[in-house]
Parts: sequence; C-alpha cells; structure tokens
Amino acid sequence: MSRRPDWLCALALVLLLAALVLPVGRDEAGAAYWSGQGPVIIGLAAACVLAGWAALTRPQGLAAGLTLAVAVVLGAAGPLALLGAGLTLETEAPGLWLVVVALVCLTWRALQLLAGTAPNRLVHDVLVPALFGLWLLYLWEVVVGGFAIPRVLLPGPSQIGRVIAASADVLAQDFRQTFLKSVLTGFALGSGSGFLVAILIDRSPFLQRGLLPLGALVSAIPIVGIAPIMVMWFGFDWQSKVAVIVVMTFFPMLVNALAGLHAAGDMERDLMRSYAASYWQTLLRLRLPNALPFIFNALKINSTLSLIGAIVAEFFGTPILGMGFRISTEVGRMNIEMVWATIAVAAVAGSLFYAVLALGERALTFWHPSYRQ
Amino acid sequence: MTLLRSWREGYALPLATVLLVLLVIWYAAAVWLNAPQVISIVFSDKPDWTLRELVDATWSMERPVLPAPHQVAIELYESVFEQEITSRRSLAYHTLVTASSTVLGFALGIVLGVLLAVGIVHVRTLDRSLLPWIIASQTIPILAIAPMIIVVLGNAGFTGLLPKAIISMYLCFFPVAIGMIKGLRSPDPLQLDLMRTYSASPAQVFWKLHSPASVPFLFASLKVAIGISLVGAIVGELPTGGQEGIGARLLSGSYYGQTVQIWAALVMAALLGMVLVALVGLAERLTLQRMGARP
Repeated sequence: MSRRPDWLCALALVLLLAALVLPVGRDEAGAAYWSGQGPVIIGLAAACVLAGWAALTRPQGLAAGLTLAVAVVLGAAGPLALLGAGLTLETEAPGLWLVVVALVCLTWRALQLLAGTAPNRLVHDVLVPALFGLWLLYLWEVVVGGFAIPRVLLPGPSQIGRVIAASADVLAQDFRQTFLKSVLTGFALGSGSGFLVAILIDRSPFLQRGLLPLGALVSAIPIVGIAPIMVMWFGFDWQSKVAVIVVMTFFPMLVNALAGLHAAGDMERDLMRSYAASYWQTLLRLRLPNALPFIFNALKINSTLSLIGAIVAEFFGTPILGMGFRISTEVGRMNIEMVWATIAVAAVAGSLFYAVLALGERALTFWHPSYRQ
Repeated sequence: MTLLRSWREGYALPLATVLLVLLVIWYAAAVWLNAPQVISIVFSDKPDWTLRELVDATWSMERPVLPAPHQVAIELYESVFEQEITSRRSLAYHTLVTASSTVLGFALGIVLGVLLAVGIVHVRTLDRSLLPWIIASQTIPILAIAPMIIVVLGNAGFTGLLPKAIISMYLCFFPVAIGMIKGLRSPDPLQLDLMRTYSASPAQVFWKLHSPASVPFLFASLKVAIGISLVGAIVGELPTGGQEGIGARLLSGSYYGQTVQIWAALVMAALLGMVLVALVGLAERLTLQRMGARP
C-alpha cells in the first residue's frame, strides 16, 4: 500500500485550517469568526483531524469511506449554523465558502471510497446515491442562504419543506384530484385498452401491418397537444385528463405488447404445438409470460407519460384543484415555494409509481436474464 | 403477380386501409358530435330538415365540436400559404418559432447528455452516485416545472427562445445520456484487448474504439430525443400567455373556442414531429454510410 499523501484530503485540510482564521460574515460589531460561533467549532476541528488522518494514511475500504462521511456531516453543521445566525454572508464570508469547498473535496473522496468497495447492494445502490442526493440538497440550501438568492428565483429546501408542512391539506387535495382520480384511471384504461387491442390484432397480420407504422408515427407526434380539445369535449373535471392520458398511453402499450407477443421463439411454439396446446393455452402459458418484460417496459413509460398528461391537461382548464392548476396559478402569484412543494409531491408520487412497477416487474419476470447475477 | 404479392405483404395496403377507416370514422364522428348543436341552433326555425342538410351543416360549422377533416385541411392551407410568413396569423411563422426552440434545445440536450455519459462511463464515483439521480429525474413529471422555468428565467432577464430551449434540453438529455452510456460500453473485451496490444493510449482507445462504437446507439436515442424535445417546446409555449409558437396557437384556440385552429395546429405539430424524426433518420443513414456500415 502506497504511503503517498492523499492530495485531495490534504487540500481539504489546508482549506479548513485557512477557514478557521478567516472571517465568516459581518454583523454590526464587525467581522465574525468561527471561534465566535459556539460549539460548531468542535465539529470543524473534528473534520480537520479526520481530513488530516485521511491525507497522511490514505485509508481504503468501507470503514474509511464511512469515517470521511461522518467528518463531512460534522463539518457541515458549521455552515448551517451560520445561515441561522443573522450575519451578512455573501462575499463577506470567505471562511464559510472555504469550508464548503473543503467539504466538497471530502465528500468526493468519501463517495469514491464507498463506490470502490467490494460489491455490496446496500452500499452501492442505496448509500452512495443517498449521500450524493443529500449532499446536493445541502449545497442548494447553503448557496441559496449564503448568497441571499431572492426566494422568487429559487427558494431553499428548508423553505420548501416548511411550505409542504404548512399546506399539507391543499397538497393532499391536489394529489387526490390529479393522481388518484386522473392518473391512475387514465393509466389503467389506456394501458389496458392498448393491451387488449394488441391481443385482438395479434391474429391478423393485415391489421398489424396497418397499425404498427401508425404507432411509430404517433411516437413522433406531441399528443399532449390534444389536451385543449379533450377539455372542450369532456369538461374541466378529471374525465378530460383521463381522456388525454388514454390517448397518450395507448400506442406505447400497443407497440410493446405486440413486440412482446412475438418474443417467444419458434422452438417453444413448436413444443406447444407438439403438446396439442390450444391458442389460449399457448397464449397464457408461453406468449404472455414472454411478453411480460415488454409490457412492463410500456407500463414504465406510461407511468411518466400519464403524470405529464394529467398536469399539462390541467393547464388548459380544471376545477380549482389539481397539481397542474396549483403550479400555473401559484406561478402567476409569484408564490414559488408552493410551486416547488407541488413539484416535490409530484416527484415523490412519480418515483413511487415507477418503483412499484419496477418491483412488480422484478417479482413477475425474475427469470429474465437481466436479473440474473 | 409480384405487384399483387407486394400489395398483400407490404405495408401500403394495410396502412391505407387503416387510414381510410380512420377518415370514415372521423367524418361519422363529426356528424354525430356536431348534430345536437346544429339541430338546436341552425335548425331551430326550420323543423323540416333532411338528413342531407344535417350532414352538410355538421361538416361546415364555424366552431364545430369536431371539425371535419377537409375543414382542417382548408384551415391549414389558408393559414400557411395565404398569410405573410412574418405575420402573427401565419401558422408557418408559429411553426418556425417552435421548430427553432426545439432544435436549439435538442442541440443543448445532446451536448449535456454526451458530456454526462462520458463522465459517467469514465468516473466510477459518478456512475454510482449520479446515474441513479439521472434516472430518478425522469420519473418525475418534469414538464410540470415548465411554467416556473419560463417565469423565473423571465424574471432573470431571459425571454424568448432560451427558456423554451432549456425545457426541451431537460427533457431530451436523458435518452441521449442513457444511449451514449450503453454505446460507450458496447465494445467487447476482445476489441479492448486488441487496442491494448497496439499499446494505444486511453485517448486513442476513446476516439478510435469507444466513440465510433457509440454512434449507432446515439442515433437511436436522438430519434426519441427530438420527439420529446418538440413536446417540451410546445408545452414551454403554453405559459407565456399565448404569443408565439404552436403551443401558443393551441392556447389561444382553446380560449376563443376556435376548434378548427386547434386542429390545424395539432396537425402541423404532428407534421413537424415527423419531419424532424425523418431528418434525424436521414442524418443517421448518411453518417453510418460514411463510417462504412453496410445496409
């Protein structure tokens, strides 16, 4: 094992030490320093010690990565405490920004160590992305607070969180209107009808040749544009959103399900014929299971499409409810925190929807090569 | 005989049949959907109307619930060819506005997607930490933030093309990045070993093996990306209050109940989408031919 010093950690240590003697802001009494900020100095000192240890010994492995992550957390408390201390920051606080840069270096090294450990699903698939995501949120908060960015341009995560907590009932109503009523109904109807039509025209090569090129053409068309027409036909309430979603999700499912129904090989089909299996037996036992990966692919595409369809259709008219309505009206009132809160709800809902589908796919198509280790 | 067989086994006849059926359904639906309005308004003082008069009336209303195909075609022709191309009344003008922000966003999206893919393929930490978030970013309905991007960038002094292009960019960088990651990782170990026996430098391996191998994957993603880039541009035009572009045309049509105008804009958007995808397909064929791919 080489004993060359770790330059990234050494840089972090130098930056941290420099930050300790530089001003971290200004109040009426003049420049403020880290030493006057109470107990957070202990966290910074601990981060200094750990950075120095990593710089000198160049540790490897999971434990070292976790230790550096702890160092980052200890050091990160300092800037957060400063944000609430009522100082003038911005360019008056070189000490603050040096600490942030040093923490960026340490985080990068920690992620590198964790990503380089032996294959471990918990660390690789959960811990590393989670640390990275939290770190981005933290940077967002510190930069927005430190540079006093107007909240109309970009509110910090803490402000958005406060709005989510304060207006949870409104957000829940919007969620019910947009997600539970429009998205789920439209998703089920559109995907279901696409699937049924695929099964029906599967026996007619003529119709397949007629509909498949149409499906390819439709994928180039911005279907979401039919939203105003559907709002005229089906009214302002959720029915018009369902109609938009049905049209948007029909063709992806049709095209994918047809491709999936043809995925079973000739050998397997011949085997089924030698068993004297009927059409329905072949369909249920051989062709539908083989089509499942394609069908789940379409369902995943459709989960995103249906949320987009519902929200955009609400831009064209809705009762005074719904995520799309909330976004367009609160943007008009310059209430940007509420917009971000709605987006956060939509993001969580969309990710969970997708995750549920991915779990279902894993449970039903466990035999597929892409899941074998 | 060959003609007959190519008719039976080719795509032309089935496709034509399906389109013809759709056209017939469209005309029938126009009669069915417009009839109540015609009967209650146009025929209110004329109780002895015949079926023929009813059909004629439903296919020629000024603000129908569903315009007949020929009405849309006429509106399309008039708004494209019979207006000055620089005037706000010309659909060709609006189409050009949308097309330019689509293409700008598409170009930005390619740059961002390719840069991300190169970073993710070469830096393992990015692969582990950034890639999951890129994938998660696509499960959220990103079009929802379109109005906010428009308004916030408008406050910061950016108006016109750029905010719409940024929305398009955000939508279309993802397929590009995913396709490029797949493509850059597509060379197999044998080829990498060959490069090693040539003692090729990492830069040479990248430029002579990885990047040419990724081109077919890149073009497959580009065809998807240009389509959603167009969606992004159209949705980006909605919250600007209806001034320029196909999206604005849709919005103003829905405010004033001009259904024929909405349908004409929709058909135009569809045509634009097909033309853009076809152009990308053409670029793909030419590039692959030049790189020595056999058809």
